[in-house]
Amino acid sequence: MERGPVAHQSISRRTLLGGTAVLGLSALASTGARAAGPMTVGVVYVGPKDDYGYNQAHAKGAAALKGLPGVEVVEEENVRETNDVQKTMESMINMDGASLLLPTSFGYFDPHVLIEAKKNPKVQFRHCGGLWTAANPKNAGSYFGYIAQGQYLNGIVAAHATKSKKIGFVAAKPIPQVLNNINGFLLGARSVDPSITCQVIFTGEWSLAVKEAEATNALIDGGADVITCHVDSPKVTVETAARRGAYVCGYHADQSALAKDRYLTGAEWDWAPIYKGFVADMQAGKAPPNFLRGGLADGFVRMSPYGPAVSEAARKNADAVKAEMMKGGFAIIRGPLKDNKGNAIAEAGKGFPENAPELESTGYLVEGVRGSA
Amino acid sequence: MVAETAPSNMAVAVPRPSASLPLRAWAARRVEALAIPLGALALGFGLFSLFLLSLGKSPAAFLDLVYRGGFGSAFALQNSLQRAAPLLFAALCVALPARLGLVVIGGEGAIVLGGLAAAAVAAPLSGAPSGLGIATMALAALLTGALWLGAVGALRAWRGVNETIASLLMSYIAIALANHLIEGLLRDPGSLNKPSTRTIDEAFRVGPMPGLEVHWGLGVGVVACLLAWLLTERTTLGFAARIAGGNVRAAQIQGLAVGRLIAGFTALGGALAALAGFFEVAAVHGNANASLIAGYGYTGILIAFLARQNPLAIPPVAFLLGGIEASSGLIQRRLHLPDATILLLEGLLFLLVLMGETLYGRFKLFSPHLWGEKRAAAAQTVP
Repeated sequence: MERGPVAHQSISRRTLLGGTAVLGLSALASTGARAAGPMTVGVVYVGPKDDYGYNQAHAKGAAALKGLPGVEVVEEENVRETNDVQKTMESMINMDGASLLLPTSFGYFDPHVLIEAKKNPKVQFRHCGGLWTAANPKNAGSYFGYIAQGQYLNGIVAAHATKSKKIGFVAAKPIPQVLNNINGFLLGARSVDPSITCQVIFTGEWSLAVKEAEATNALIDGGADVITCHVDSPKVTVETAARRGAYVCGYHADQSALAKDRYLTGAEWDWAPIYKGFVADMQAGKAPPNFLRGGLADGFVRMSPYGPAVSEAARKNADAVKAEMMKGGFAIIRGPLKDNKGNAIAEAGKGFPENAPELESTGYLVEGVRGSA
Repeated sequence: MVAETAPSNMAVAVPRPSASLPLRAWAARRVEALAIPLGALALGFGLFSLFLLSLGKSPAAFLDLVYRGGFGSAFALQNSLQRAAPLLFAALCVALPARLGLVVIGGEGAIVLGGLAAAAVAAPLSGAPSGLGIATMALAALLTGALWLGAVGALRAWRGVNETIASLLMSYIAIALANHLIEGLLRDPGSLNKPSTRTIDEAFRVGPMPGLEVHWGLGVGVVACLLAWLLTERTTLGFAARIAGGNVRAAQIQGLAVGRLIAGFTALGGALAALAGFFEVAAVHGNANASLIAGYGYTGILIAFLARQNPLAIPPVAFLLGGIEASSGLIQRRLHLPDATILLLEGLLFLLVLMGETLYGRFKLFSPHLWGEKRAAAAQTVP
């Protein structure tokens, strides 16, 4: 099993200190010594662990911890973003002795994680979503990834596959993270062929299978022949699109098994190295980083293997851009660029790299996206 | 059972019921009202045990975890009570209209809109005294819920629209409306990736009950159940509602304002459900957001039916269900069963309790009117 060093390439970029401590730890681990006694990690999911999407991606990350020496993983799925999640975390602390909690849903943070972090100062809480600020408890923190990079690469591959020059996006809610993904998907496609347009349909809910199926069908009826999405579980969208003969770009997790040869590639989370890093920090007797962000270059995001329908030209094109992204600072939003209402987003020569604060409050869809935020 | 007619030395030809008979009949009906749902619960657990065995899991371990997760410690008890709090209101929303023979299943919509209304009025009141803020929020929730489900009652009473379907569909509309307002008009511009209304003043927050970690929704909910019982069982209004529920024609002939009763009881149910939304905002979230749509309204239906629409039975049943839900996490973690396991158990219990409804009056033991036949028959053979 690959351990510490590989896992920490991403994190060492942030803190040199952390990286060296972890390298030290993995040396210890390889000789069988343990810095601390066995630890329990509690992972909480808002939906089912096998949703082929957001929760499955986290469950896969958690599964990577299960083989580690001295680590016990306890998990709970379908936990609502109410005080249910507070009780779940307390129960993991009180009954299972969890010392690191990973509440993975965005809505868990405020107020639930904040309350529990104050209540349990000896327990570390790391929340997925990037909401932690220095004003929040020090034993809390957040991690998140720049997955719009993956959607940009999806767009490039989609552009090579589309015949109708229309691609489609099934989206949950018009919030910044989702809008960045839609913009990334279209801009990736337009980097190949500027005549491509993307129709977006918002379902209004993170998980609403019927509407997701309706939206997928409507997109295909409207001429779209490559579909991607940003909902919690892409299963319905992927299966519906593949059944209708459209190509599919995945999201959150690898859905190639659902679409077979209609699956082009996909933007996936890779939480395993992040989670291993947290555990290694804890075992080394120190708190994991409070704020952790990264993209393709940092191993937070990765692409599904190309499907059989992806042409050689598409692979080369996407791989070349991916290599650019791996250097860091790749700007998906690059001026001159307008939104789809005609307002200027970025002047010529200006661009937003993945960590640009402007992307945290995106409220627009770029020119070429049909739909409104 | 106690011995037959105690003072039997005063034997007379006429089979006159002894003084203890009404008491026994009363007791028999009470025992029946307990025995049938408890029997259904036991059968449900029995069938569920077979399911567990088929998965290679131990039913004993399951029950042990339900006990430990829901009832076995101070933490577990608080967990169950906390989960029970919103369910009390949600169940009353079903039980009150049920007195009129109505099946209202759209409490979820009233909960969500009630929470939203509470959050909406809190924003302009910012800086007002704590009591005024809380009272206004609660009132806004009550009124919203009353209007929302009162409209369902009115449609039923004066337009003959089926209240079950109407309330369910209204619930979808309520959720869509709430999402629309939370993501639009009422959105706090600072809430980027999780659209929410503005956070209410700290002074408007409802805290925990003394000595507990559970918010005041629990206490208010239990009082609401008691008041609802008094209303339905001890007032002329409640009596009128029961008459109308038993036979609308008869009620109308008696001159009862059936339409107003229907609209009033559904409105009251809606108002109480909305109070659950108020507590979710004021005691838990601090603002209204999509997390308000947590499905309490649907669990409330289950509780109301398990409680046989009796407001007094709602608190214990809600506590039981809260406990089962509280233990769900422990069951996932220890038995490695999916979360759907608890849903399966709840669904099974619901079905069996509904089926149990058909058994009332079928057991001689519990049915005084059947005793009479026996006595009459016995009396005939004696001379």
